[in-house]
Amino acid sequence: MSRFLVNHLSAMSRLCRVTVLRPLLTPSTTQVRFQTTDIKHRDRLIQKELGIARYVGMKTVYSADIETCTVVPNHTPLPVYQVLDNEGCVHDTDQLSLSNQEVLDIYKQMVTLTLMDKLLYDAQRHGRISFYMACTGEEAIHFGSSAGLSHEDMVYAQYREAGVLMYRGFSPEECMNQCTGNVLDLGKARQMPVHYGSRKLNYQHISSPLGTQIPQAPGTAYAFKLQGANKCVCVFFGDGSASEGDCHAAMNFATTLQCPVLFFCRNNGYAISTPATEQYAGDGIAMRAIGYGMEAVRVDGNDLFAVYNAVKHYRERAVTENAPFLIEAMTYRVGHHSTSDDWKAYRYENEVHELGLNSCPVKRVKLFLIKQGLWTSEEDEDFIQQTRSTLIQTLEKAERQPKPGLDSLFTDVYDKIPSNLIDQRNEITNHIRKYPNEYPKHYQ
Amino acid sequence: MAMEEEMEKDKRIFIIGEEVATYNGAYKVTRGLNDKFPKNDWRMVDTPITEQGFAGLAIGAAMAGLIPICEFMTFNFSMQAIDQIVNSAAKMFYMSAGDFNVPITFRGPNGVSAGVAAQHSQCFASWYAHVPGLKVVCPWSSEDAKGLLKSAIRDPDPVVVLESEMLYGEKFVLSPESCSENYLIPIGKAKVEKVGGDITLVGYSRMISVMLKAAQELENDNISAEVINLRSLRPLDINTICESIKKTHHLVTVEETWPFYGVGAEVIAQTVESEGFDYLDAPPYRVSGVDVPTPYAKNLEEASIPHTINVINAVKMALNL
Repeated sequence: MSRFLVNHLSAMSRLCRVTVLRPLLTPSTTQVRFQTTDIKHRDRLIQKELGIARYVGMKTVYSADIETCTVVPNHTPLPVYQVLDNEGCVHDTDQLSLSNQEVLDIYKQMVTLTLMDKLLYDAQRHGRISFYMACTGEEAIHFGSSAGLSHEDMVYAQYREAGVLMYRGFSPEECMNQCTGNVLDLGKARQMPVHYGSRKLNYQHISSPLGTQIPQAPGTAYAFKLQGANKCVCVFFGDGSASEGDCHAAMNFATTLQCPVLFFCRNNGYAISTPATEQYAGDGIAMRAIGYGMEAVRVDGNDLFAVYNAVKHYRERAVTENAPFLIEAMTYRVGHHSTSDDWKAYRYENEVHELGLNSCPVKRVKLFLIKQGLWTSEEDEDFIQQTRSTLIQTLEKAERQPKPGLDSLFTDVYDKIPSNLIDQRNEITNHIRKYPNEYPKHYQ
Repeated sequence: MAMEEEMEKDKRIFIIGEEVATYNGAYKVTRGLNDKFPKNDWRMVDTPITEQGFAGLAIGAAMAGLIPICEFMTFNFSMQAIDQIVNSAAKMFYMSAGDFNVPITFRGPNGVSAGVAAQHSQCFASWYAHVPGLKVVCPWSSEDAKGLLKSAIRDPDPVVVLESEMLYGEKFVLSPESCSENYLIPIGKAKVEKVGGDITLVGYSRMISVMLKAAQELENDNISAEVINLRSLRPLDINTICESIKKTHHLVTVEETWPFYGVGAEVIAQTVESEGFDYLDAPPYRVSGVDVPTPYAKNLEEASIPHTINVINAVKMALNL
């Protein structure tokens, strides 16, 4: 782990050494947040130092040379931290922090998620569910991050993080109950498909408007801090959502209020049809962290071990230092944005192969396992067949379940059901009781 | 006072907003609290300027077990946070099938002030009362302010408390019972501020003062008006209104702001849908502000909101006098 830190720090400092942030433990408007300890900028000494410059929250120096007061976007993007490559080879075995059994278990879950995604996507195409969003290409992000967090840490997801929840124990059956909106859905069929949530598993229910979850995360982290809970919050969002005002507000808050939160950006290259080249002009999302006074790391999102190492490392620091961190996981959204999208309208197949399929996170882990002698192609084929057949049966079972009764239409609007809803509920119940043959069984 | 008492009782409560702590509040509503609950206790949070951000943060804190009181400098600025308030705070309990409730209180001045023009004078009563999942209350007197705010803070649902900057400076007499630490006004009950027999006047916030003055002047013409202070916009206490109409047979609603899709429209619609309709001897009328963004010039601003004379005219129209 120490090598990871040293390499990372020197890379960061080479690229953007202007000031050094000294994290503070108590807030105060008079306290200095930034102190210049190294006045070399681009290896040039300030020729004529004119004395100390003091402003609210800042202590630096004056300079007669404007260039030393200027910071220019670096045209060399931040490198990407990788442990496992496309062929399943590990660069440095010291950085393998998951046991063989853990990797095997995770691999099976990654495959299950991939198969479930394909099944449910096709199910929507056949009219069996109304909507679906697949996670294809981002499985390493899901399982690497979830494994790096503690189960007590609260997760705020965007919508393409099903694997994070599944790692904690949410079953394919529960996913399908939610997507089909049946009576067994833990969410009482209130939400559209893939909008999962579970208080028990510390996974916030998905909110559709992009970015709303991002400032809520430091809020929860703030609560954890006040409660002395020793937990952190991990909030996921995409490269597109990072443009929302909510994201800016959230990062500013997390740093000023010192909240133990991980900002996890899944940079998968697309926000529906908008490529990252049109989403922002800077060096991805990671570099924005410096502006907020926060440390960031860029990792290979298709590398299970890199994601795991980064999350585990920064999770510990978030909790012990009460500080936020930004993790930018570079990946590629192999599938369509959702069943309402068709990527053929805005990108070419060869890009999908080159940047997506070639870099497949699931394949990498499979090759790794086979190289380590922990898995074989035959076992893989068998596992895929079995799992696929189980998932098909699970979906059929979910479809056969009835929809929730009409009674659940009126509950949970408020803590106590208000009188106007009681009246309406009684009216509808009595009406159906009076004409039972006019309405389907599941209305009763 | 309400906030101080509640914060002492329940350690989960904290206050968040712009200027609330060190500055003691833009309108001094949180004066003194910063000394009592010093900053390093983390219970008074001065925020960077982003309503979207601090509303979201407060909601996240509420879902994790704290009880935030989120202050908007005025509700005009709450529009920057409205996605968080409506799509998250209001709907989360329903969407999560009871998994996560949001016990948050949003409070701040609402409606017309004095000489602050269009973008600082809008009333958001309709906007928030429209949404199932939110509760909306509107205090008029000091008692209202204390009792309703305490109820709001203790309520497990998200509550929007629409105060009035113009009323912050007004003095009211506090009854002995309202001085108690546990003085709560139930959310969803209106109060009859003045009993009368000829016509029912229904309103909220600063308009109660206007209605009471109008009622006093109407006494000179031998017209006895009953003045109902809604206190709660959602849930709306239609029963109290109907009981009054059974007595008076006439209804006039009074609101400071624009008439379209407003509180008056809702009161009248609900009255007409209920047994109140059978007791009306005349069509109900609405007194409201002029349907324009609030102008700055003092004379124009005054002309854009209802005064005693407007209420009196409406009453006489309803009574066919």
